[in-house]
Amino acid sequence: MFGFPILSTLIWLPIIGGLFVLFIGRDKPSLAKWLSLAITVVTFVVSIPLWTNFDTTTASMQFVEKTPWISHFNIMYHLGVDGLSMPLVLLTTFTQVLVIASAWDIIKERVEQFMGAFLIMGGIMVGVFVALDSILFYVFWEALLIPMFIVIGKWGGKDRVFATMKFFIYTFLGSVFMLVSFIYLYFQSGSFSILGFQSMHIGMTAQILIFLAFLAAFAVKVPMFPVHTWLPDAHVQAPTAGSVVLAAIMLKMGGYGFVRFSLPITPDAAMTLDWLVIGLSLVAIFYIGIVALVQSDMKKLVAYSSISHMGFVTLGMFLAYDIIQNTGGIQGASLGMEGAMIQMISHGFISGAMFLMIGVLYDRMHTREISAYGGVVNKMPWFGFFAVLFAMANAGLPGTSGFVGEFMVILASFKANVWYGIVAASTLVIGAAYTLWLIKRVYFGPVSNENVAKLEDLNAREFAIMGTLAVAIVLVGVFPAPIIDVMHTSVANLLVQATTSKL
Amino acid sequence: MALKFILTLILLSPLFGAVAAGLFGRRIGRRGAHTITIFGVAVSTLLSAYVFYLFVLEGRSPFNDSLYTWLVSDGIKFELGFMIDSLSATMMLVVTFVSLMVHIYTVGYMDHDDDYGPNNPYYQRFFSYISLFTFSMLSLVMANNFLQLFFGWEAVGLVSYLLIGFYMKRESAIQANLKAFLVNRVGDFGFILGIAVVVMYFNTLDYNEFFAGLAAHKNTMITIIPGVEWSMITVLAIMLFIGAMGKSAQMPLHVWLPESMEGPTPISALIHAATMVTAGIFMVARLSPAYEMSEAALSFIMIIGALTAFMMGLLGIIQDDIKRVVAYSTLSQLGYMTAALGASAYAAGMFHVLTHAFFKALLFLAAGSVILAMHHIQDIRQMGGLKKYMPITYWSMLIGSLALIGFPGFSGFFSKDSILLAVSESDTYGASFAMVLLLIAVFVTAFYSFRMFFLVFHGKESEYVKAHEIKESPGVVTWPLIALSIPALMMGWPLIGPILSGTYFADAIQVTGEHDVLGRIYEGQYHGAFNMVIHSLTTLPVILALSGVFLAWLLYIKKPEIPGKIKKACPRGFYVLDNAFGFDRLNEIVFVDGMRKLGSFFTNSIDIKMIDTGMVRNTFMSVAHSAAALKTAQTGYLYHYAFVMIFGLLAMLAWVLW
Amino acid sequence: MIALSDYLIFGAVLFTISMAGIFLNRKNIIILLMSIELLLLAVNTNFVAFSYYLNDVTGQIFVFFILTVAAAEAAIGLAIIVLVFRNRKSINVDDLDSLKG
Repeated sequence: MFGFPILSTLIWLPIIGGLFVLFIGRDKPSLAKWLSLAITVVTFVVSIPLWTNFDTTTASMQFVEKTPWISHFNIMYHLGVDGLSMPLVLLTTFTQVLVIASAWDIIKERVEQFMGAFLIMGGIMVGVFVALDSILFYVFWEALLIPMFIVIGKWGGKDRVFATMKFFIYTFLGSVFMLVSFIYLYFQSGSFSILGFQSMHIGMTAQILIFLAFLAAFAVKVPMFPVHTWLPDAHVQAPTAGSVVLAAIMLKMGGYGFVRFSLPITPDAAMTLDWLVIGLSLVAIFYIGIVALVQSDMKKLVAYSSISHMGFVTLGMFLAYDIIQNTGGIQGASLGMEGAMIQMISHGFISGAMFLMIGVLYDRMHTREISAYGGVVNKMPWFGFFAVLFAMANAGLPGTSGFVGEFMVILASFKANVWYGIVAASTLVIGAAYTLWLIKRVYFGPVSNENVAKLEDLNAREFAIMGTLAVAIVLVGVFPAPIIDVMHTSVANLLVQATTSKL
Repeated sequence: MALKFILTLILLSPLFGAVAAGLFGRRIGRRGAHTITIFGVAVSTLLSAYVFYLFVLEGRSPFNDSLYTWLVSDGIKFELGFMIDSLSATMMLVVTFVSLMVHIYTVGYMDHDDDYGPNNPYYQRFFSYISLFTFSMLSLVMANNFLQLFFGWEAVGLVSYLLIGFYMKRESAIQANLKAFLVNRVGDFGFILGIAVVVMYFNTLDYNEFFAGLAAHKNTMITIIPGVEWSMITVLAIMLFIGAMGKSAQMPLHVWLPESMEGPTPISALIHAATMVTAGIFMVARLSPAYEMSEAALSFIMIIGALTAFMMGLLGIIQDDIKRVVAYSTLSQLGYMTAALGASAYAAGMFHVLTHAFFKALLFLAAGSVILAMHHIQDIRQMGGLKKYMPITYWSMLIGSLALIGFPGFSGFFSKDSILLAVSESDTYGASFAMVLLLIAVFVTAFYSFRMFFLVFHGKESEYVKAHEIKESPGVVTWPLIALSIPALMMGWPLIGPILSGTYFADAIQVTGEHDVLGRIYEGQYHGAFNMVIHSLTTLPVILALSGVFLAWLLYIKKPEIPGKIKKACPRGFYVLDNAFGFDRLNEIVFVDGMRKLGSFFTNSIDIKMIDTGMVRNTFMSVAHSAAALKTAQTGYLYHYAFVMIFGLLAMLAWVLW
Repeated sequence: MIALSDYLIFGAVLFTISMAGIFLNRKNIIILLMSIELLLLAVNTNFVAFSYYLNDVTGQIFVFFILTVAAAEAAIGLAIIVLVFRNRKSINVDDLDSLKG
């Protein structure tokens, strides 16, 4: 089993498949669709052994593949997963299937290009999560922008060009700093290996600069206040499938970056500057939540709620230092870290589901204005059922996946500082307020106009997508232990790295 | 059968019914839906009765076991499990029994509804919700840890949200359910922080481990505002109590409960009177070891409770909607229970929870029966003289009302009287103040209960009653009324002794010696239930209650013109009551509008002006501007370039040679 | 005997004059071309002078190269001017500002 290069397959099968789909040509859209679906399903199936054969007792990399790539600069084609990245890989392959299915009847022009772009994106995203060589990582990281840029720019809404430019410039600007750091680290260590970076000594000034450079790259991706404004624009303009990938997976790359790079490579700088990340996270939770409250565009609202929920991810990751300072022990740090990780997984499901819901409405009504709706549930009862379920998950109701991460992070943040806990817990009220107010205005009430009166309930395809997500959300909410168990060893190891000085 | 299996079955069989009726409602049809859910709840009820028998009547020692591990992180086990003792066994029986009654009643009540089209499976959906509620409430009361408590806590909130908004086409209903959920969430905000304190200091979520660790933390201080130290246990207790204030609708988080009456009446009976709103009381009783350690928290609880009992009772006087009268009386009674907790008389508080569950469910279902007969008219001014048309409803309503006002011998009498005795006996700071409020509330309660009772069943028949044919409700509606009347009438007698002596909840509730007011009453004043009834006839509460009834009779039967005159005489007072002391207005202005304004301010001023315009666009514009400025240097004339070139060369040479 | 410095001063003067010619000339590209030639000649003068005084022929050989290049350059320059004139109907320097940003 281990001889089979699973990770390479997960990367290259969709990419090569995607290129192949591109060449099918525009006159055979259904072939393109079925082929794409087949590729994503196969990819997902291939990714399952990552879970079943995963060794939870070790923090070292598993399913490793390593061959020289550019030997002159000691750059390796080095792949591997640990407990931090494995769930994200599965999330990616899982979401891909839904994304392809969600675009089935919606995209009418250039189907093969659309599908191809998404397949390529899928492969690249897996690449980001499994790359263990920083240049390889960087290549995947930046390469992802291209298909996304094309997807938003070509199949997007009215102001798509503006949105793509904003999206591209923001994310690109951030990551250039990261490249500079990689090159610096290369000159210090002699290789681009991420694991090598993690084990070398770095001076304080250098650490701080590197930390800030990483922060620039990852904060934009997460996104954190105040570099978040690209996200609502990108979401609003992106086609549904694009929004789903953006919210469910791309945002996680920022969070993943923090645990793979910032914390283990520059622990001392992280300790010195943790107030910055924590502060911005709390701003995201509270401030962005309130901003979400007043949005009149459904997608914008959900986009802001995404930012707010991602605040829990960054908050949970950086609690360790304050917990040590406040309580004198490390107890609670891994609670926060694991909470952050599971929040990423859960947010992948929930935000994906929320955007798919909006997509369903948009396909029928061609507007995202909340005021254009009202009483939808009268015409679409099943849809209403899913909408309320997903909304409750978004509001962090226990029994749904949204609760798990938030709960753990709130508990941990209270340990770090009472006020962190208080601000973080405010999401209980604010999150419920914006989500349920949205539900009230869109779904409940009498049928508000004749467009709503003409709505039809979910078809079988949409039902299957929503149903799958609903099952995933409830399953993780009711029994999150399997996901957490996978992370334990890696998180413990990460916390050791993050709290051991490298000066 | 192993006990654990029985407990699991009790918990899951309503869930099974809920899922079946909810997801496959159309397929199984109406009959299928109500059969399957009633069956599920009936199984739960029977098994709960068995559990009740084991733990209360046989006095088995508490059962504590986990069902499965939700997750383990950082050495803290997050588990779901059961802690069954007299407290939870009693609650389980009450919850399942009332729920079963409500299920049966619903068959008649929801039979036809004009809000929906013919094929809408609203009927199945309704059964699914109430079964789901039963499941949630059971998981709350059976919990052996804070996680499951919180799970049940939120899940009942969810079902309450769904049910208040059940008539989802009505703007007022969907407004009310949003409000209910959000106000509850404000309480949960405190609740989750309370849990966070527990985790911070005890590193566990398990009740027993928490109780075991309490003694060591007696003097632990916590700093929230820099420079000010508070006792950690007080902070914990008050935080958790804030959660209870949301769920049990204590001031100032009570605002959702009157509006929750937008839901169908069976729900008002089940959720907003009998069970869910008592979750807060249950929680405090469950965590009594912690509350016992904090005088400040007890005081706080008592004063909040007494204020709620008094002020919400006053509001009950001016309500004209039959359900709202009952709703305000619920609020007021919840205040009594809370005040009992504050006096460390947890058992008395729980006793009132039990009696209240039955008589209030009875009142609500009777009110529902009236509403059904009146074709969904809820205004008591349009009723009158219904006694002769609806005898069963009349008598059950009378029993319920007498129990509510604490008429000697009725179930409510025993529980309310023990609360009043406990508060008068208590040394907790603020007890005498609370006592005064509670006594006035007794009078007020009697007054508004019988005001409603007289207006509905006695007096002159209104135009509407004359014009329409009013019938007694069908059997599925009246049988639950009769079934609920029995405990409302009788259940005080056997229970009062064990409650006061502390033997009933001995394994669940802990009271420290100097707080044990019930014990002192039992030692000093109690000489059997019968003597208690006889003795009470000469005491203040009963006199107050009877004078309340008398006043209601005087004002609404004897001289019905007086209320109008009073209203004219003091319009200010009515204005204050009409606006419910302004809590809604305050919330509207401060929170709803405030949040929206803040949100708009954040969006427009910070996100758009500062970040998008200020930072992003200005960066872009400044690049563009400086490029435009630099552009003018590009004249296009070769000699300019050449000049700059040479000049630059010379300058560089000069710099190097210097 | 003419001193080396005299040659150098002569070269510098010649260079400055041609430089001024480039800067000040606003009328005609041909004058510009001539100024460039003059610039090169000034340099050549220096080369020859140094070559003589240092007894090293390399400098004089270089002058040949420079003259050759200058000749080629003049030829190309003139060709360009012809083309410019053909397109623009003018070889007035002030008219030729297509490089303007």
